[in-house]
Amino acid sequence: MIIQPAIVALFIGSGLVCLMLLFAIYYGAIILRRWDLHSGSEQQLVLERRTYLISTLVTYAFAFQLIAAFLFIYTTDHLHSLFIGAMCAAGTLNVNVWGYPTVLLKVFNCIAAGLWLILNVADNRAHDYPLIRIKYGLLLLLSPFFFAEFLLQGAYFLGLEPDVITSCCGSLFSSEREDIVAGLTGLPRIPMQWVYHGALAMTLAAGIYLLRTHRGAIAFGALSLAAFLVAIAAIISFISLYIYELPTHHCPFCILQREYHYIGYALYATLLLGTIAGLGAGVLHPCRSIKSLAATLPGMQRQLVIAAITAFAGFGGITTYCILTSRLSFS
Amino acid sequence: MARIERQKRIIDFTLSSLLRRKGKNLALIAAYSWIVFLLASVLFITEAIRREAGLVLQDAPEIIVQRLVAGRQESIPVAYGEKIKTITGVRSVKGRLWGYYYDPTNGANYTLVVEEDRLKEAGRVIIGEGVARNVVGESYGTMPFVGYDGAYYFFEVAETLPADSSLVAADLIIVSATDFRALFGIAESLVTDIVVEVRNPREFETIAAKIKAMLPDTRPVLRDEILRTYDTLFDWRGGLIVIILLGSLMAFIIFAWDKATGLSAEEKREIGILKALGWETADVLMIKFWEGATVSLLAFFNGVLLAYAHVFLTESSLFEPVLKGWSVLYPRFALTPYINAYQLWALFFLTVVPYTVATIIPSWRAAIIDPDSVMRT
Repeated sequence: MIIQPAIVALFIGSGLVCLMLLFAIYYGAIILRRWDLHSGSEQQLVLERRTYLISTLVTYAFAFQLIAAFLFIYTTDHLHSLFIGAMCAAGTLNVNVWGYPTVLLKVFNCIAAGLWLILNVADNRAHDYPLIRIKYGLLLLLSPFFFAEFLLQGAYFLGLEPDVITSCCGSLFSSEREDIVAGLTGLPRIPMQWVYHGALAMTLAAGIYLLRTHRGAIAFGALSLAAFLVAIAAIISFISLYIYELPTHHCPFCILQREYHYIGYALYATLLLGTIAGLGAGVLHPCRSIKSLAATLPGMQRQLVIAAITAFAGFGGITTYCILTSRLSFS
Repeated sequence: MARIERQKRIIDFTLSSLLRRKGKNLALIAAYSWIVFLLASVLFITEAIRREAGLVLQDAPEIIVQRLVAGRQESIPVAYGEKIKTITGVRSVKGRLWGYYYDPTNGANYTLVVEEDRLKEAGRVIIGEGVARNVVGESYGTMPFVGYDGAYYFFEVAETLPADSSLVAADLIIVSATDFRALFGIAESLVTDIVVEVRNPREFETIAAKIKAMLPDTRPVLRDEILRTYDTLFDWRGGLIVIILLGSLMAFIIFAWDKATGLSAEEKREIGILKALGWETADVLMIKFWEGATVSLLAFFNGVLLAYAHVFLTESSLFEPVLKGWSVLYPRFALTPYINAYQLWALFFLTVVPYTVATIIPSWRAAIIDPDSVMRT
């Protein structure tokens, strides 16, 4: 393994997140079993007090989770100089089999954490804990993914051997391989551009429609998720080409480097924010029928939609700027 | 807007309540700052040294070929260079003469190097700034050496190298090839090692492999390999110190937990009164959040600024020997200041996150205080 301050920091961060979640699901399970809002018993009072603790713990845990994801990516990028053949995070992640699963799980966990936080805020605005069962049920369901992330990340860092020769992004993200990555890089550029711009435009249109008519929230949520997936594919397929000004370099990680003004962080942050906010607006929609939430939910949903639209527009703006100012042209 | 206004009022209240317990909070911030300072110093100095090493090695040769005999490095025949020249892709081949010289008068080791384009004539030397500082000979204009056969040599000091090249050149002495061979008894047909220049950087590894196949008793060393080794070494040293410091971090976290748990009667009464006035548990938790944020922010900035001053202004007097290595002649040098967001985030996860986690449960315990029970006592 490689001992490095940032790796120690990530271990501590991830370990603490797991500890907090363990604590939270222990009491969450008790609440799920014994919760009875109509009871005036002392136990119910204790449980009501505990909800504050759990919601604080999980809020902190998930907030740390979101920041740690970016620290993780930066660390893997930073470590590339230690491995023969690695030129960016793509190579470092490929040093052992745990690298890519860790990243994928981190992305999933970030989105899940974001959605849970949105539900939590909505629930806290009502006086009668309307979403409490859903919230803690979800927590029980999601926690294993966070524990798995801790283990995967641990296995990845413990298995980093500096004498391993890894593949550089040029060979990982090339269309000559025969797997899903090759499928993404090999996606034809022009149709992919149409799909990407179409998906982004549809998401933005659905958002504006939702703001105006208060309808189509679930569709907007679904479109946000679709836009997220399409945007990732688009980065690998053609956006990266314009940023690197190279017609063959498809790497989604080199854009995180200094040479490209760390533009990848802006891209991934806006994308993640847009997806979480958009999905959140969709997920909240069914809760509008709950009486105690009817007053506060529309306002919150509106804020989420505006955040999602801004983030997606920001993402679109950055990519358009990159494409227009790039010296690469396919004409 | 109303929400921001509300937060502003809560922050206002938090700050005045922190100020009311100045002693307790200052002690906490001092300990917290110290922890941040220690960890930040390690992070800053390792990164700065890593960069320094990278800059130094930028001009190093791409491939160095050494000869090994019985697992030890030996002088390499000049004829090997001619063979290497025949490999396609090799731009130039050059033999180097260099070695170490132990000076018994002051217990220092010098690095002796032959640089034909700087010094050709025999009997003269160019010395590094560190050598000049340590050798009395400089004022006399000559420097004494004892040869391999016990014979004495006196070389005229032609020039002293400027101090800005100190980290690499402090213990350096440049001599002519003739003097070098006479001093160490090295035959004309041998050199210390061979430097190979290659046209295409992608061919480094192929050419190294070809050299190894052609001359099996040699060891080609790539510059990238050296850089990688330095990177690993400094990262590892930094990581190791951080792990050692985790002990102090633990102690501090327990201290913070204890401080947060042991609410004074006055604090309890304060919270009780707030709740009796209509504040909710969530509001008290909000106060506690701002309290933690203020303490963390102050300590974090304090610690980082102190560490910056320590590493880049006082030449990191506390950790330098461990991280850099030491030697009698080691130069005095100021590291180029370099901090990035990455280091600060890593630091955040090492200090603020554990502190925050340690204070969540005590804060909650404070927030659920029953107004009735507090005010009655």
